[in-house]
Amino acid sequence: MTGIDWLILGLYFAFVLGIGVALKGSMKTSTDFFLAGRAIPAWVAGLAFMSANLGAQEVIGMGASGAKYGIATSHFYWIGAIPAMVFVGLFMMPFYYGSRARSVPEYLRLRFDEKTRGLNAISFAIMTIFSSGISMYAIAKLIQTLHVFDGVFQRLGLNSSWIFDFAILISAIVVLVYTFLGGLSSAIYNEVLQFFLIVAGFLPLSYLGLKNVGGWSGLKATLGPSYTHSWAGLSHANTNRLGVEWFGLVMGLGFVLSFGYWCTDFLVIQRAMAAKSMSAARRTPLIGAFPKMLFPFLVILPGLIAIALPTQPAVPPHARVVVSAEPPGKGIIPMKVDPSSGKPMLDKDGKPQLDYDLAVPSMLLHYFPPGMLGLGLTALLASFMSGMAGNVTAFNTVWTYDIYQSYIRPGATDEHYLWMGRVATVFGIAFSIAAAYMANRFNNIMDMLQLVFAFVNAPLFATFLLGMFWKRTTGHAAFTGLLAGTAAAAIHHGLTLPVGAIAGIKGGWLAVTHIYPSEMAQNFWTAIYAWSTCFVVTILVSLITRAPDEGKLVGLVYSLTPKPEEEAMAWYARPVSLAIMVIAGTVLLNIIFW
Amino acid sequence: MGIDIRLPLGGLFLLLGAILLVYGALSDPSLYQQSLGINVNLYWGVVLLAFGALMFALSRRGARAQVRAESTPPSPRSLGR
Repeated sequence: MTGIDWLILGLYFAFVLGIGVALKGSMKTSTDFFLAGRAIPAWVAGLAFMSANLGAQEVIGMGASGAKYGIATSHFYWIGAIPAMVFVGLFMMPFYYGSRARSVPEYLRLRFDEKTRGLNAISFAIMTIFSSGISMYAIAKLIQTLHVFDGVFQRLGLNSSWIFDFAILISAIVVLVYTFLGGLSSAIYNEVLQFFLIVAGFLPLSYLGLKNVGGWSGLKATLGPSYTHSWAGLSHANTNRLGVEWFGLVMGLGFVLSFGYWCTDFLVIQRAMAAKSMSAARRTPLIGAFPKMLFPFLVILPGLIAIALPTQPAVPPHARVVVSAEPPGKGIIPMKVDPSSGKPMLDKDGKPQLDYDLAVPSMLLHYFPPGMLGLGLTALLASFMSGMAGNVTAFNTVWTYDIYQSYIRPGATDEHYLWMGRVATVFGIAFSIAAAYMANRFNNIMDMLQLVFAFVNAPLFATFLLGMFWKRTTGHAAFTGLLAGTAAAAIHHGLTLPVGAIAGIKGGWLAVTHIYPSEMAQNFWTAIYAWSTCFVVTILVSLITRAPDEGKLVGLVYSLTPKPEEEAMAWYARPVSLAIMVIAGTVLLNIIFW
Repeated sequence: MGIDIRLPLGGLFLLLGAILLVYGALSDPSLYQQSLGINVNLYWGVVLLAFGALMFALSRRGARAQVRAESTPPSPRSLGR
């Protein structure tokens, strides 16, 4: 990085910290800190709703998947996000926002009982810590791989093996300062900054790349149809790059996983709960869905272009930043290198593996001169940090309201809980740092934890769906349903294996009864089994347990809640109109890239 | 409560745009071989500068609307913020 790049990065840090300092004065109550005073306008909440999810895994991961699977990766947006975002805005937000619950676990206590809330709150709190740790690990790893700090470290005479630690420390401190000072408002404001930075940094990248390869038609000619169609070939798992058939994709990804995330995950729901009115809360996910619909062009397309370019070592002329001097991979994506031996890693057929995670960073280095390169890298870092901050703010809220206030110290003053929120921010980040080092040292433990989280999350949407739309659903049923769903996920995973994998972390640890054509297919079907089990068990247990008191369910269940009144507003700004527009746009995009 | 996000947003992009624009105008054209001969710093700097100026102007307008709304109660909350 040259001076101009540092200037841009420094400017961004100054604004991020400045926002935290400017908001410090308005943090007077716990509601200010945890729910941004419920005063956020719809468009800000909407962009934050979308950007909170736009962390490391998203920007790097979607580019990587673009290079690996082609435009079919857009299913993660068009099938795997938009329908759920529309559903949560139109049908679920009236209960989340209308119940005045301060968190998703708190909604579960109002609707069901204490044990269901406890289960959700504790698993969610642990999960956010690990997600934030993984985000931090990804930032540090990327900074290390791109040699961003190497020049500075050399000049200062420091050992370059400290770069990883330094990167972790810097990102932790920056996130700590702004969330500690400004709470959720600070996180939301930075998510909005990050959103515009990502657009500013990635739009020229997609433009230059596409121009270079001769536009979409050029890309099609170079890569062939398997990369450039999203639905063609989905009739059978063996005829598309994803290795999934359409039913598993639509039900597993489009229904269970997507609705499970966008409709129940407090990380995103918190942004809508912070909106200033019911109508703003309902519009939050719908407004977020518009950019979400178009983001494949910013994050997936660069991956496709990276694989389509002529193979060459990615060393830019102003090489202060060098990706790798190793033999070239494919396109401009380098090969995966074993960090201990320095040799390329081989897959089971003896072919070298490509380091797909470097697709997007390689694109930045390939096309951007100093100046724009600084902007692009700043956008990447911004997305990592706000992904982390999103987890931290969700964690401190769930910890303070649902664990501390409920089980450890109920009945304290609001001032005390505000203080606790700040303390939780500090130890939440401290635990994240520990998780980041754990991810670095023990990759297997992290894989296993993520697997366990997937089991816990998979059935969640069945519980919420029944809870919100069937008044007969009982607390005991919700609790048993969740446990049964998680168990079903674990058992299904234990009995199946993706093709070519060895029994163990990838599945089959009980016995191998079925082989899936890909890991993705296995994941989707695990989710489908978990959801269905939870759905059926919850219904059955509800029918044999005592029906809940209907008087207590007003505002929490569809049939017992008066319809939300539409505020007087222009027709195009109403939630239903926004939903229709976003669905129409998504359908159109699917047809274009069929 | 708090601040109008459009103010820092406008400020950040005004500065980013200005930095890129000036750098793009002064830098050696050979730098832009890798970006297909297009001076991305210059052109994109102009775009970012315009976006920053727009956000800044909107935040000023929002602030004035806020002041008007507060001086003539009762009235609906202003659009800004």
